[in-house]
Amino acid sequence: MNEVERTSGPLAGSLVEQFEYGLDAPICLTWELTYACNLSCAHCLSSSGRRDPRELTTAQCEGVIDELQRMQVFYVNVGGGEPTIRPDFWHLLDYAVGHSVGVKFSTNGVRITPERARFLASTDYVDVQVSLDGATPEVNDQVRGAGSFRTAVTALENLAEAGFTDTKISVVMTRTNIPQLDDFQALADRYGATLRLTRLRPSGRGADVWDELHPLPNQQRQLYDWLREHGERVLTGDSFFHLAGFGESLPGLNLCGAGRVVCLIDPVGDVYACPFAIHETFRAGNLLTDGGFAAVWRTSPLFADLRSPQTGGACTKCSHFDACRGGCMAAKFFTGLPLDGPDPECVQGYGETALAGERTVPSPSQDHSRRTPTRNQPVLLQLSRREEQPWSPAAPPVSACAEHPLAGFTPTA
Amino acid sequence: MDLAQAWALSPLVTLRPEPFGALAYHFGNRRLVFLRRPELVTVVRGLAAAADVRGALAAAGVAERHWPAYAGALARLATAGLIQRREGHAHGEPGHDEGDERP
Repeated sequence: MNEVERTSGPLAGSLVEQFEYGLDAPICLTWELTYACNLSCAHCLSSSGRRDPRELTTAQCEGVIDELQRMQVFYVNVGGGEPTIRPDFWHLLDYAVGHSVGVKFSTNGVRITPERARFLASTDYVDVQVSLDGATPEVNDQVRGAGSFRTAVTALENLAEAGFTDTKISVVMTRTNIPQLDDFQALADRYGATLRLTRLRPSGRGADVWDELHPLPNQQRQLYDWLREHGERVLTGDSFFHLAGFGESLPGLNLCGAGRVVCLIDPVGDVYACPFAIHETFRAGNLLTDGGFAAVWRTSPLFADLRSPQTGGACTKCSHFDACRGGCMAAKFFTGLPLDGPDPECVQGYGETALAGERTVPSPSQDHSRRTPTRNQPVLLQLSRREEQPWSPAAPPVSACAEHPLAGFTPTA
Repeated sequence: MDLAQAWALSPLVTLRPEPFGALAYHFGNRRLVFLRRPELVTVVRGLAAAADVRGALAAAGVAERHWPAYAGALARLATAGLIQRREGHAHGEPGHDEGDERP
């Protein structure tokens, strides 16, 4: 199962080609309603935490929904921040569904009470994705913060109890949770949920932890094999098309949809090419100041540029280019690699070579992270004892503060 | 797909015109399907008003030699739940129980 199906058979014509030139409206639109979040996940794509005072008002959000209805955007992926902590979230959910715009929203579960779960179970056209980045509290909470596993599982229990069917469990695949793939499936089965696995991007705060958390080369293979075996049951948001370089393509479109079939509306109305590219380089415009969303989607010079096929660059000469299409634009950009070169996680190994070369990681253009640490903030660095050395120093080290040249020297004669 | 049957677009489906044809989205089962030819879109839109699939194909101007291909595409749309059998018949013919069809 994947999120975009293709008709096949006699009515030929390359869809990929069509998509490369863009559609009249996006298929997959992500709308982040707020930068405010109760969590401070180490890999947050949008560097969320604090609400932005310029965030769209309720009336402005309704205007956006009206426009999405006119453009026949069938559904919108709502995220954040934590969208449910916007006081008008439930109103906007109702408003969208009432205007033929289905809603799939991502949540860490904090507001999915038994009562809200019953309300959700009574709606049509609403999908819920609960984020969980570990199948156990240890693995999850290390990245998402203390107590976040419990919160997510409570939400899953409430939804299942209320009879909400087919909840999605949204997992960002990391070095620490790839060994838990089967455990995630078991967890999903327990709650009658569907797994949605997506790729860790070095975007937002993800840039700070990508080196430690992105899957190792052998884990990429493990993930690819697992998806080949279980892909019919899981959603991937087409995020692993860079793995197509291993051989067979995974289900999905297998191309970068940025600005072509995908885009992002951020909480202040800025429109970006994709949810993983919240950076001024990929900002197509603002729907308040540039004549509305449709105008930005259809006339932005940035999107026009993204819709022209890639013709040059190192990747077009590679025999795997037709499979992986050069990988993910955001992953390249935020690791400081050229956009027409290999993906940093290129399965042919060209990414590692590129990463070893000269590159400048771009500085972030926005950051809504909290300025002070929070109680449950994840701490990736752990204190641990130094491993025993095979040799023993003659004497224990003197304190680093002891600056005297003869510190620790005890005359014996 | 039996070309003598009467079909219609599911009421839960919306068609969005695109340069290559249309996107069809089923709000019930959340399936998104691409109709890759404008002619196929015309056929699908015309199903409800036509007496049967054959009538919709003819009305859309699809050459008869292409009908088997279109029947295959329509069968896939039926599997995805995008189009469904229509009760009753424009010609007032008997019902459409399985096995009651012409070969």
